[in-house]
Parts: sequence; C-alpha cells; structure tokens
Amino acid sequence: MSEQWLGLITGICFGALLQQGRVLRFEKQVGAMLLRDMTIMKFMMSAILVGMVGIHLLASMEIVKLSPKATLLGALIVGGALFGAGWAVMGFCPGTSVGAVGEGRWHAVWAILGMIAGAALYAEAYAALEKSLLAWGDFGKLTLPGALGVSPWVIIPVLGGVFLLVFVFFERKGL
Amino acid sequence: MRHRFSWRPYLAGALVGVLATLSVLASTLVLGKTQFLGASTTFVRAAGFIEQEIDPARVKANPYFAKTVAKFDWQFMVIVGIFIGALAASLADGSFKLEAVPPVWRERFGGGVGRRAAGAFLGGVVAMFGARLADGCPSGHGLSGLMQLSVSGFIALALFFGTGILVAALVYREKGGLR
Repeated sequence: MSEQWLGLITGICFGALLQQGRVLRFEKQVGAMLLRDMTIMKFMMSAILVGMVGIHLLASMEIVKLSPKATLLGALIVGGALFGAGWAVMGFCPGTSVGAVGEGRWHAVWAILGMIAGAALYAEAYAALEKSLLAWGDFGKLTLPGALGVSPWVIIPVLGGVFLLVFVFFERKGL
Repeated sequence: MRHRFSWRPYLAGALVGVLATLSVLASTLVLGKTQFLGASTTFVRAAGFIEQEIDPARVKANPYFAKTVAKFDWQFMVIVGIFIGALAASLADGSFKLEAVPPVWRERFGGGVGRRAAGAFLGGVVAMFGARLADGCPSGHGLSGLMQLSVSGFIALALFFGTGILVAALVYREKGGLR
C-alpha cells in the first residue's frame, strides 16, 4: 500500500473519531479556553492515556522507534504563545479546521486560508529565525523519562493516575 | 448550565489512542517509516503548492520550502481524510449542520460573516506562524508529543492552553467582566 492510501485511511478514521467526540466545533474549543466545557481535554487526555501505553509497548518491543520533537525552548515558548493566541480567536486548530468544514461549519474555511497564509509568512521569516530564536535553548530530543533518568513505565502509571483524577474533577464540577 | 455525564469524549478519545498506536505500527511495517499523527506541516506544503503557481522562483529559493517540499505525503492525505471522515460521520448521525457564524462568536461579535471571516483568518495567520515556530500543533505536540512523553510536547501544550485561556478571556469578555 502506498504512503498516500495509508494516510488517507488513517485520516478518515481520525476525522470520524474527532467528529464523534464532538471536538471539531468552535464552541468546544473556545469553551475549553473559557473553562466552561472540557470536552476537548477529556478527548485529548483519553487519547494520550491509551496512545502512550500503546506506543511505549511498541517501543519496548523494539518494533518502532520513538521520534520526539526537539526541545527548542525559545521557539517553543514564543511559538506556543502565538499559537494559543491565534487559536482562541480562530476557534480551531490545524487538524480540526478541516474536519469542521467536513461537518458543515464552513466558516472554518477562513481559518484554513489564514493558516496557509501564516505558513507562507513563516517560510519568509524562517531564514532570520533560524539564526536567532530557533538557535536559543536547544535541549535536543528530550523525553520525560530521559530527563528524569527513569523508565517510561514509571512515568506512565503516574501520569495516567493524574489524568484519571483530572477526569473525576471535571465531572464533579460539571465541566 | 445542566451537565449530563457522557462517555462520548472519553470513548472517542480512547479510540484515537488506539488509532495512533495502530498508525505508528502500520506506517512502520508497511512504509518502513514511522509516522506520528500531526497536522500543521501540511499547511506549509499547501502554502508551497499555491506559491509555486504564483512565484516558483521564490519557492525554490526559500530554505523552509526546501525543507518542507510541496508534496502529497502521508500527513497531507491524513488531513484530506479528516475532512472525509468528519463529513461521513456527521452525515451518518445527522449532526452535519451548515454554519456561517458559531454561536459563541455571535454572542460577542454578532452574526456578521465578514467579522467572523476576518477573525478566523487573522487568528489562523498568527496560530500557524506560532505552530511552525513551535514545530507542532495540538496534534503533533499535544497528542503525539505527550504519547511519547516528550518534554517539548508538555511545554507546547501548556503554552497553547495557557495563552489560549488568557486571550479567550480577553476576546470573549462580556460587558460587566468575565463570565
């Protein structure tokens, strides 16, 4: 099977699950930022909970290699803050914007066009950023188990426990 | 607001965890190249496709487009698939709804399509510039990053939500303070 077909099938499943989890909607995304509705947090944390076990099992069996993104502190802080600010106004993230159009929320098209323009703008700025912000605070491909010097199987149950407590909190508060 | 417990976000989320695992496995076995879910790189490729039509020399000379070439790769097709999957699922359960202005936006800024378009576009520009600088979005950093317990994922997700909460409070604030 080609790379493209595998991607398409994966995407169709991902899109259907995003839609069924009801996380594609503007009001769910902004609702989480307004601390009114934690649907997207429940969805993301459930995905992380299952995915971190599955992916670390595959890595422990040496079937796959992890590929964590580099920790470039300067770029992460400035980029992360810019993303959050834009996300709050746009009400979609890159992946959900396309799905939102799929379920009829066609105003996400404006967001998609803006994001394509933002990517083009970044390409223009890249040469200058590469020598400045992107060169600052490079900690390499750091993982939590690597940084703490412990097995991932120590971190996973702890993080899993924290997530479950957060779920209980959300449900008690009616979020 | 009344709240009823629902398994929906937990169940759909957990299935995305299964999908992410299977996708990592399948891409490794089938393609010999491990692929983690992500989305924002595709917007660079899309920008490259469009810019190539307008000014191919500019794209050729750009170091970022040299790194992220305009091509229909695995992730690009995932993004196409998300559209198809969401369309099919929403038609199947009747939740498909044409919407020009979302309700939360309407409450604060009214029902004007132009205003919503401008907000979404400008928000999109800023967000994608940030996502490329941070090298990921809530899918790549948030889901795939945290699944791998990568430090960058935790930092990125904290900043995405931290700033999102601050800006949302400012933008959607109603008269008479925060709601």
